[in-house]
Amino acid sequence: MTAKFSADGLTLFRGERLLFKGLSFALDPGGMLLLEGQNGSGKTSLMRAIAGLIEFEDGDVLWDGKPVRSNRQAFYGSLVWMQHRVGFKADLTLVENLRFESHLRAQSDEDFDEVLERLEIARLKRLPLRSLSAGQQRRVALARMLLSRVPLWLMDEPFTNLDRQGRKLVMDVTTEHLDRGGMCIMAAHQDVEIGGNVTKIVLQ
Amino acid sequence: MSNEHASAGMMSGILGVARRDLLLAWKRPGDILNPLFFFAMVAALFPLAVGPSPEQLQFSGPAVMWVAALLAMLLSLNSLFLSDFEDGSLDQMLVSPVPLSALGLGKTLAHWLTSGLPLVLVAPVVAITFQMPIFVTGYLMLTLLLGTISLSLLGSVGAALTVGLHRGTALLSLLILPLAMPILIFGARTVSLVAAGDGAAGGLYFLAAYAVLTLSFAPFATAAALRISNE
Amino acid sequence: MWKFFHQMASPPHFYRIAAKMIPWFMAPALMLIAYGVYAGLFLAPMDYQQGDAFRIIYVHVPSAYLSMMTYMVMAISAGIGLIWRIKLAHAVAAAAAPLGAWFTFLALATGSIWGKPMWGTWWEWGDPRLTSELIMLFLYIGYMALRGAIDDTTKADRASAVLALVGAVNVPIIHFSVEWWSSLHQGPTLIKEGGPAMDPGMLYPLLAMIFGFTLLFGGLLLRRLRAEVLFRERRTKWVKELVLSGGK
Repeated sequence: MTAKFSADGLTLFRGERLLFKGLSFALDPGGMLLLEGQNGSGKTSLMRAIAGLIEFEDGDVLWDGKPVRSNRQAFYGSLVWMQHRVGFKADLTLVENLRFESHLRAQSDEDFDEVLERLEIARLKRLPLRSLSAGQQRRVALARMLLSRVPLWLMDEPFTNLDRQGRKLVMDVTTEHLDRGGMCIMAAHQDVEIGGNVTKIVLQ
Repeated sequence: MSNEHASAGMMSGILGVARRDLLLAWKRPGDILNPLFFFAMVAALFPLAVGPSPEQLQFSGPAVMWVAALLAMLLSLNSLFLSDFEDGSLDQMLVSPVPLSALGLGKTLAHWLTSGLPLVLVAPVVAITFQMPIFVTGYLMLTLLLGTISLSLLGSVGAALTVGLHRGTALLSLLILPLAMPILIFGARTVSLVAAGDGAAGGLYFLAAYAVLTLSFAPFATAAALRISNE
Repeated sequence: MWKFFHQMASPPHFYRIAAKMIPWFMAPALMLIAYGVYAGLFLAPMDYQQGDAFRIIYVHVPSAYLSMMTYMVMAISAGIGLIWRIKLAHAVAAAAAPLGAWFTFLALATGSIWGKPMWGTWWEWGDPRLTSELIMLFLYIGYMALRGAIDDTTKADRASAVLALVGAVNVPIIHFSVEWWSSLHQGPTLIKEGGPAMDPGMLYPLLAMIFGFTLLFGGLLLRRLRAEVLFRERRTKWVKELVLSGGK
């Protein structure tokens, strides 16, 4: 039985610098991969490379047993990504930004307003994103993940700019996602309390 | 079934992105107006530099307006992918199952609607100052309509190649101007020919064919360039 | 067959083979060019219309031909590099661009010098070939400017490859549109297509120059490529060993 998502012998350079060599891991439904490491250890680069934005020098990432490189579309149809920059337009309102997401990937059946309620951003609905605080914008990015119907979550430093309550929210929704059989790859330098099947990788 | 789904996703991607960009442009009308003012100002430079002789203006009008339009398009192209690159929206588009060429085409469509089409529409106003006869103005609008489509498409490749580079603005012009020369040649010369009493069919056919050609390859080149620039 | 390509594309192997190949390009190139220059300047009969001025074609035509061919070489190798991810192909494109720009410049300069006695001016917009060459020079400049603006070699390779391919689609269109444009006012041209057949005494030196220039281009390209390969592989073991052993 092959894993749903796996990587085999990944090697990545950034410029002239070797970030890691021969990195392998496997992830099954309900599983989570936690990437730890200092600033500059290559967490973000690994995340971007998994998302196919930069190329591994060597090695393959497999989704459903097929190399992602030649099955990009299927892979992208299965993931949603929370990166450093939230990836929203500052001039558009919260609702306009989230509505646009439906053109990029499949949406879940979750009720739009309920999700906003839960993330405590419902009252900001009509405001342009630029008037939201960094932490509130993070929550909107979290809403993007909850509203999309995909199994794989990529989260790069999801706790940045969030207060304690916000951090707990991230951990809660991630745990629920894993309980539903979802998968998550998270890069974080804080302590993460997420129950379940968590594999840790420490990048040097 | 799955194919049907994919093509529906593509159309929705093109129109969704185009809608979003139009909405953004609506909230920042300056982005639309600035290239138009630029167009009018460049066109006004020539009479000031050349002199007010009506014959001369009438003679050089098509060329001047076409050059001004080309430069105005270049000016607006610079920001095509820049804000998406800076705020991370481009990353989100890159990991979408909707083909990047479709999303890029949506952006190009919005770009044309917000900079190409307005140029076509204000051209008659500027044409009046060049004493251009009405029917010549009609052909000017027609050539601009076809030419700006190609310019938007061709320019999207250049904008994608230079997004994120320090000296992007000057570089974009260096990349796109030589490629855009056929458009300028056929656009401006066709209008001049009409003004001189000749037929315009050949030039219009060329511009239409060139628009179709750029439509067939530019979205893919743009997508490839965006992936490379965003590495 | 595939293995052969793979081996050829391996940098240390290529570096060694190229060194052996260069003389095979340069020697015949110099002989052909020496013959072409001598025969073209002294043996070929005078043109009955242009007098001795026509003799500049012995530089102008090969340069103009190579400025086009180099762009083809550049675009094709860029395409190969982009599709099959062969790094050496990208190096070929990178090494070819400045050569192409120089040939284009040479074609423009000689065309302009030729134009002075023929038209009485250094530049005549009515000549479609010169105008095309000028746009060609702009294309090369754009390509090199893009390369220069990107620090990362791999990224510069791939970005400039996209540009070269888009340019290659456009080159024939540019020529066509410039032809059309100049045909509108029947401008004077230096070379007319379908003109009277050339006297063999004029033709042979010209052919020798064209072949000589092509071989010279091949030799120069290999030389530049070796330097390019060395620079790109500067962090590898084989280059370090090469340097330590004094280049042997």
